[in-house]
Amino acid sequence: MTPTPAFFISFYTLRDLFDNLIQSLGFGASFGWMAGLLAGISISFLIINVMVMSTAFYTWFERRMIGRFQVRRGPNRNGPFGILQPFADVLKLIMKEDTIPDAADKPVFTLAPIALLAPTLMIMIVIPFGTYASDQAFLSNLNIGILFIVGVTSVNSIAIFMAGWGSRNKYAILGSMRGAAMLISYEIPMALGITSVLLLSGSLAMTQIVQSQSIWFILVMPMGFFVFMAASTAEMSRTPFDQIEAESELGSGYNTEYSGIKFAVLFLAEFMAPIVTAAVVTTLFLGGSQGFDFLPGGIWFAIKMFVLIFLLLWVRSTWPRLRIDQIMGFAWKILFGLGLFNIFLVAVEFMVAVELGHTKDDGSLTTEYMLIMAAVNWMVTIIAFVILANFVGKKKYHRPEPTASPLANMGIGGD
Amino acid sequence: MTKIISGDEISKSINNALNDAVLYSDETAAWVSLEKIHEVCEILKNPDGLDYSFLTAISAVDYIEYFEIVYHLSSLRNNQSCVIKVKCNGRENPSIESVTDIWQAADLQEREIWDLMGIEFKNHPNLKRILLWEGFDGHPLRKDFIG
Amino acid sequence: MSTIRTEPVTINLGPQHPSTHGVFRLRVTFDGEEIIDVEPVFGYLHRGTEKLAESRNYVQIVTLTDRMDYVASMSNNLAYVRTVEKLADIDVPERAQYIRVISVELQRIASHLMATGFLLNDLGALATPLVYCFRERERILDLFEMLCGARITLSYMRPGGVFQDAPADFWNSLNVLISDFPNYLDELESLITTNEIVLARTIGVGLLSDTQAVDSGVSGPVLRAASVKWDLRKANPYEIYDRVNFDIPIGNSGDTYDRYYVRLQEMRESIKIISQCIEQIEPGPVRTETPFFIRPPVGETYSSVEGPKGELGFYMVSDGGISPYRCKVRAPSFINLTPLKDMLTGWKMGDLIIILGSIDIVLGEVDR
Repeated sequence: MTPTPAFFISFYTLRDLFDNLIQSLGFGASFGWMAGLLAGISISFLIINVMVMSTAFYTWFERRMIGRFQVRRGPNRNGPFGILQPFADVLKLIMKEDTIPDAADKPVFTLAPIALLAPTLMIMIVIPFGTYASDQAFLSNLNIGILFIVGVTSVNSIAIFMAGWGSRNKYAILGSMRGAAMLISYEIPMALGITSVLLLSGSLAMTQIVQSQSIWFILVMPMGFFVFMAASTAEMSRTPFDQIEAESELGSGYNTEYSGIKFAVLFLAEFMAPIVTAAVVTTLFLGGSQGFDFLPGGIWFAIKMFVLIFLLLWVRSTWPRLRIDQIMGFAWKILFGLGLFNIFLVAVEFMVAVELGHTKDDGSLTTEYMLIMAAVNWMVTIIAFVILANFVGKKKYHRPEPTASPLANMGIGGD
Repeated sequence: MTKIISGDEISKSINNALNDAVLYSDETAAWVSLEKIHEVCEILKNPDGLDYSFLTAISAVDYIEYFEIVYHLSSLRNNQSCVIKVKCNGRENPSIESVTDIWQAADLQEREIWDLMGIEFKNHPNLKRILLWEGFDGHPLRKDFIG
Repeated sequence: MSTIRTEPVTINLGPQHPSTHGVFRLRVTFDGEEIIDVEPVFGYLHRGTEKLAESRNYVQIVTLTDRMDYVASMSNNLAYVRTVEKLADIDVPERAQYIRVISVELQRIASHLMATGFLLNDLGALATPLVYCFRERERILDLFEMLCGARITLSYMRPGGVFQDAPADFWNSLNVLISDFPNYLDELESLITTNEIVLARTIGVGLLSDTQAVDSGVSGPVLRAASVKWDLRKANPYEIYDRVNFDIPIGNSGDTYDRYYVRLQEMRESIKIISQCIEQIEPGPVRTETPFFIRPPVGETYSSVEGPKGELGFYMVSDGGISPYRCKVRAPSFINLTPLKDMLTGWKMGDLIIILGSIDIVLGEVDR
């Protein structure tokens, strides 16, 4: 077990710090609430700034990488390697006029960007960053951690609908209706992916989930990882599921009428989502901050997040987008089926483990049994994907040799 | 090579099916009378007969005393082509029967001729200006159009 | 329980739009997601080419024809100068014919690359396939710059031949391109043709049956994708097309995937044609002497070539003067728009842009 570092910035440690400070300044014990308040404010300030800065650098990174995928450089004018590009973008957006359409629903229109940004930021409350001791979450180790995340991401769909509705613009409303339908449909595969993790971890708290991963869950249940990744990509409306903001179709979807700071906030929320999703997936499936001892746990967490972010970016720059009815079909037929199948598989294996006595004292599975589960699950996943790819719907794509129509005949004629 | 059917040959074929529809013909084309053009086109398109299933182009030329509408037809099955012409006398409100119900290809081309030359096509499903804007005054391709 | 009243909504896919391939306006009526009515409105790029041609002499009109289908200038030039040569009975030397065919086939590859790249851009693949297609198109445009000094509006051909011979290093660069290009096409195909998402979005979408295609006067890859094997290069061979061997690819059912795949295969056939021309070409003159003002005898003629978009034809009437009396252009993109309403009705909003992109229209030709 890796040793805990000397000081880890979290709500609890800061609260203890402020408590000592207040005591030493002579205030009585009845002012203990102030310690909590000050600690909360300072850590929130820290988290919000760190998230916004990392989103800014993520936009730079994405544009440079997509440039490399497209055989060109990305932005390289503002600062060395274009590193000041996000600041240039934000400055430009701040200085633009903040228009509100005349017929727009002003309260809804103004609140929509905030409603989109706040949940994304709130997810960072429960992510366990440090070494996997029991109180190493940034703000709070809620014992309903993952349920909190699912609940908070559902506010996304309302926010997108608010953005489209408030604009009173045909294109925006069309885009946001499609968006709301898509986001609500993909909640279910996301929840199914999470449930399979919960079966093995036994608790909703994020720190517990990390601790129960003696073998990373991506190895133990690859199908769950796939279902959750696909569902989160759709929840973030990224390619191949970005029909709602398809730039090459009707304008720009729900953010057509936004300009200035409101657009900057929408843009920020859209680019913060991959970072937050990568953090959640790292916690659930990649073992959080577990890793070899030569680097502290936080750095391992960051490395795993980076790999996932690169994967999301790679998919975005390469694949075309699906049509909206194909997106819905994918959610309700394929992901739903795979998710349920995965839960069934894991549950059966868990029951077998309990029957055969492979459990540890606290009721979770032993490492050796998880290895066996990993082997079995990988085989089942590969077989399932091969069956899906080759036999389901393949006949539709079979192209027979074309035969010339009898309507035209180039050979005869005069000469 | 596409066999180019001369005007005399095509007028013989038309006269076999329909009397006095062809006014006269020469090496390049056959001139058909204004009233009979729709029936002549139906005969030419007939799949059991000459099978001119492909309307290559409809053009209109402004010879000052009259307008001439030229139909270039092709038969893809027999690899042949022929030319039919119609004369529209008079410069005020010339009009001719539309062949959109025979070949759908005539749809946009006849609208263009109406737009730029001012020849009206009767029974066209949607005879509106296509290349110039609604409310434009005049027909630019006419020889007497002053811009 | 009373049913909810719904009504269809009409949307203007306005003239300025990222993906209508030019200034092209489409008034679409949707019932939910489904298209029930389509009304195209164009004419935003009408420059009066046919009227202008009546006041310019026969050599000046070559520059006018460049700008009609500005993506494929060589084919426009070829169609025009062939009509003038037929009208005025001018012979073309053999070397000029070979160079013409090489230029036109190179232009066909460039035009199809652009069409494929933009189709994939419309499918939503950010711009990645587009940039790869354009990287190859740049090499072809460099070759054109060697030939005539311009990249897009070329004005390379004249009645009687081409206006100057190809320089010596043109042939080396052409050989390098011909040897590289099939590998590049294989790479493009491996990325796109078997991609599940491309298949799911293009197969069975935007069908055009063969009877409908012939009836609507459609020509070019759209007609061949509807399984009608008709290509003017084989049906009515011109220049030296009867001396080279090539196939005519056709599609199966006239859907979007067929139109894309026919274009891809046509690019391969063009490479075959070019390599055979390089073997067969002989040194010689490239232009017959014509008087400065060409005065064709009184008469008229129609002649057409197989351009990348379809059958491009010129109907020219001469009155013996230095300008044509009437110069009418049979523009393939204009006529290919005839079955647009039938191809689009019943499909969803996401398919609209793709079907429009697969017809491959160029507004310069639609509006002239």
